[in-house]
Amino acid sequence: MHIEIDEISKLFGTTAALHPVSLSIPSGALVALLGPSGSGKTTLLRILGGLEFPTSGRVRFEGQDATGLTVQERRAGFVFQSYALFRHMTVFENIAYGLKARPRAARPPRAEIARRVTKLLELIQLPQIADRYPSQLSGGQRQRVALARALAIEPRMLLLDEPFGALDAKVRKELRQGLRDIHDETGLTTVFVTHDQEEAMELADLVVVMSMGRIEQIGRPADIRARPATKFVRDFIMA
Amino acid sequence: MSDATLTRFRAATEEAPVARWALIGTAVIGIALLVFAPMIAVFAEALARGVVAAVASLGNRDALAAIKLTLLIAAIAVPLNAVFGIAAAWFITKFDFRGKAFLITLIDLPFSVSPVVAGLCIVLMFGANSLVGGWLVANGYPVVFALPGIVLATMFVTFPFVARELIPVMIEQGRAEEEAALTLGASGWRTFLTVTLPNIRWALLYGVLLCNARAMGEFGAVAVVSGKIRGQTATMPITIEMLYNEYLSVAAFSMAAVLTALALVTLLLKTALEIRHADQLAAARHH
Repeated sequence: MHIEIDEISKLFGTTAALHPVSLSIPSGALVALLGPSGSGKTTLLRILGGLEFPTSGRVRFEGQDATGLTVQERRAGFVFQSYALFRHMTVFENIAYGLKARPRAARPPRAEIARRVTKLLELIQLPQIADRYPSQLSGGQRQRVALARALAIEPRMLLLDEPFGALDAKVRKELRQGLRDIHDETGLTTVFVTHDQEEAMELADLVVVMSMGRIEQIGRPADIRARPATKFVRDFIMA
Repeated sequence: MSDATLTRFRAATEEAPVARWALIGTAVIGIALLVFAPMIAVFAEALARGVVAAVASLGNRDALAAIKLTLLIAAIAVPLNAVFGIAAAWFITKFDFRGKAFLITLIDLPFSVSPVVAGLCIVLMFGANSLVGGWLVANGYPVVFALPGIVLATMFVTFPFVARELIPVMIEQGRAEEEAALTLGASGWRTFLTVTLPNIRWALLYGVLLCNARAMGEFGAVAVVSGKIRGQTATMPITIEMLYNEYLSVAAFSMAAVLTALALVTLLLKTALEIRHADQLAAARHH
């Protein structure tokens, strides 16, 4: 799905988290929002997901105004920084949550839900953990379950907030490839937030470098490396 | 030989045996003197003239009315305060707004205001001489010296218990799970029922039990608004006081024993639930 961000700004009280920013994300792209903490990247992601509303500006999905759509109407698969798995539910119940939450008319029958959950567990290569609770999983397993739960609702886009932030280096490398594979397989427009320039450069088709609530540069990883647009970008990608 | 003595390390958090036993001993003596001895004394006094006398003192019409009234008040006040407490905790922890600190202070107000003052406030507001109270009495709905006043007084005094238990738990759990449920398409109400409520159920249970114990035992505020009409507005604590003042010590202590037993039952209930769901409790904590 094509996403267009048109002059979006966000004020928290009197502090500006986002100065008006504009960005066009082509359908099926894998985009990284890259920047240090406080750069506004998470705020922008949450505005896309409908968890925050912009102070001014519009969001458009496939050319249609989506600014006023509620979080439920957006159908964005969202993976949270700390995964936010439902701690009192098993992995199966976590992944099935979005399907069971649908209105009765659109809710798949029980057997169909079970079939889809099983398929998603195979997709994240954890077929045997359906009955476990989140507290019994490793960090990497939790991240993959969170991804499966987000994919279960057949989302129109995938939004990930620091998806690899809480993992050790080895697991991080594996899961990076895992996300790339899932993106290529599903073809979903995917936006992820990271402060790790290596991660952004290695994984994304398009990197958006942000600082202090502004977009510093938008480009393919190779182009940004070859021609950093500002001093900030040069310093940040060298670090 | 000297190697053996050298390798006897002690954990950093471990105290010397003398200190350990001194601390445990002090705690045991304190609890025995302050908690167990008075409770045993209550039951001993109740049974001073035998079981028959104790049971007989509870069998009269006024005593039964007092027990019924106290249970009825708890049955009305506790569920209402549970709902208000959940609503207040939900509002305070899941939303950002101006005046949040003020609202939290306001919730604590019943803890700092003397119950007698609270009772007087209700008399002033709803008494027959007040504007609202006069109208209510004229229309046949007296509040003061009647059930509604006692319920109001009880609710005022026990309001903070549920909210106070829930707010720290809900702050610690954050909003991420609720946000996740919303992004998965769940409505606000469904999110509350399937995500928030299961996550806070232990804190809620604890708050409700404390609220219940206090609601049944409340004396000061109820004493002011009830009018102490025997068989009508005299709750168990008020009946106990009246009986004691009339030197009917077996009757007073028998009623006190029943009140204590009710409190013990709620505590046993909580412990039983904790044992039965120990695995879930542990899972929730370690997340």
